Amino acid sequence: MYKRSIFYALAVLAFTATAADLAKHNDPKQTGSLKGRVTSPEAGRYGLGRPAAAADFTKHEYLVDPNGTGLPKGHGTAQEGRTIYSQSCAACHGLHGEGTNEYPPLVDGRATLKSDKPLPTVGSYWPYATTVWDYINRAMPYPNPGTLKPDEIYAVTAYLLAMNGIVPENFELNERTLPQVKMPNRGGFIPDPRPDVK
Amino acid sequence: MLQHRKPRPFNRREFSALGAAGLSALALRRAAALELGDPRRPYGERSPFEHAVRSFGPSVTPGTGSSRTPLQDLCGTITPSSLHFERHHSGVPKIDPNAHELLLDGLVERPLVFTMKELSRFPSVSHVHFIECAGNSGREHEGRPGETVQRSHGLFSNTEWTGVLLKTVLEEAGIKRKARWIVAEGADASRMSRSIPLEKALDDVLVAYGQNGEALRPEQGYPLRLVVPGWEGNINIKWLGRIMVTDEPFMTREEAAVYTDLMPDGKARWFTFVMEAKSVITRPSGEQLLDAPGFYEISGLAWSGRGRITRVEVSTDDGKTWTDAQLNSPVFPKAVTRFSLAWKWDGGEAALQSRCTDETGYVQPTREQLISVRGLHPGPDGFNHYNGIKTWFVHRDGKVSHV
Repeated sequence: MYKRSIFYALAVLAFTATAADLAKHNDPKQTGSLKGRVTSPEAGRYGLGRPAAAADFTKHEYLVDPNGTGLPKGHGTAQEGRTIYSQSCAACHGLHGEGTNEYPPLVDGRATLKSDKPLPTVGSYWPYATTVWDYINRAMPYPNPGTLKPDEIYAVTAYLLAMNGIVPENFELNERTLPQVKMPNRGGFIPDPRPDVK
Repeated sequence: MLQHRKPRPFNRREFSALGAAGLSALALRRAAALELGDPRRPYGERSPFEHAVRSFGPSVTPGTGSSRTPLQDLCGTITPSSLHFERHHSGVPKIDPNAHELLLDGLVERPLVFTMKELSRFPSVSHVHFIECAGNSGREHEGRPGETVQRSHGLFSNTEWTGVLLKTVLEEAGIKRKARWIVAEGADASRMSRSIPLEKALDDVLVAYGQNGEALRPEQGYPLRLVVPGWEGNINIKWLGRIMVTDEPFMTREEAAVYTDLMPDGKARWFTFVMEAKSVITRPSGEQLLDAPGFYEISGLAWSGRGRITRVEVSTDDGKTWTDAQLNSPVFPKAVTRFSLAWKWDGGEAALQSRCTDETGYVQPTREQLISVRGLHPGPDGFNHYNGIKTWFVHRDGKVSHV
């Protein structure tokens, strides 16, 4: 009986919530705090989730940062990459990375970024070579993402960089040399200055 | 909220004008019999007379790309889940929630894996937020204005999202002192991934499983997605499968190239996350028709990635004079506010504009103001983060077109 009256009291309270309460509820700063909630003595821990095991990581792709953290062991040269590129990439991006009507070019465009017709490509625009490896690994080739092996991705990346004149044809790209490649537009980015309109 | 209007009763003069003959006719009158209606059904559908749909053109990547919300056909503030805009890079994956897990690792005390069931056991919150593609209305920036508001502004929707605050999940694993960023990864075929500053992750980001009172739609990330309030759409990672806590951003393609903004000096802005204050009139708008001179309600949407909308002004004379519009409640931060203004169309030409202000005092700029600072240099993905004022032109014959 006592329990039931508490329930009704709570129900009435909930029912009389005002628009201001609702607005407050939608304010993220007002929610998420554990204050006032009934929790275990170990506040902030709900005891949910299980410890990650080695098998949990194999379901996920390599996450590669600009220092090369996350890159798997492997190697490839532009010469090796040429064949893979012609088989897996050229249909959309052109035999020499020049792009096709509908798909973006991957080469050229250096010194066009200030012009009225900028051509931002992997060679002229992308600031990190690790990004090239990471993106091919996760999303390319478009119809069959995730099918190239690490060595093949090193080779294709080397081919793209060589086509852009960034590394020589025989340069071996591997998990140590890839993060050291300096991309031409590395210094081309600035932080967000907005609001920028006065 | 639906507003029910009471039927207007006869006034005394109308009633007596019916006369005795009229009354006896009423007594004999019998309305046509109505057929029995349709039976119950387990999952509702809209009336067959309603035809508002998302729109999309051909795509170079068949089956995927973007579709646009029919903003001109919507009322209120919430986008029906079926009409929420889409953007996916390698198609919509079909994910079994019973097999789906979230891995949380990196700079945490306890790397953890959560099942969907466990995520739903955390304290839940429901917040209304818009999601806007960074490229929404980029064609306005370019100078190819959209003929309809769906084409110009339709990569934009507003939803009540339900889930657990990312802060709660991160604290469950314990954040290490060196941590500054998180990297979120989707479980779609493109394994879309983005870096988010830890400060934002601990502020208002949601790990969401609910959309307008039911589970997320597949196109919106079923069974799990990030909602990053006020920030560009792409960073709201869908089909969320992994969060890695890190000390640096990972410079994925989307943040290091695609969603950057190329400036006239050849430099590009990056990590331009916030979608700035923006508004657009949805009624009357492009390709609609005003039947005859008289009363119309000018109505539209306003939003800001920096907080609440505090003011919307409307002009009917191409920005020469402005009148404050009414802000219809509720007005939530980083969510859509609907505005309205009573207007009597005199049958002449009119150029309709709206301009909003948010709680930081920021006023929505004109296209000219934006171009004077940002120029007209398309980046790898054209133009992003455009929020200029949009004009609709009412012709003497009542047709509405873009300018």
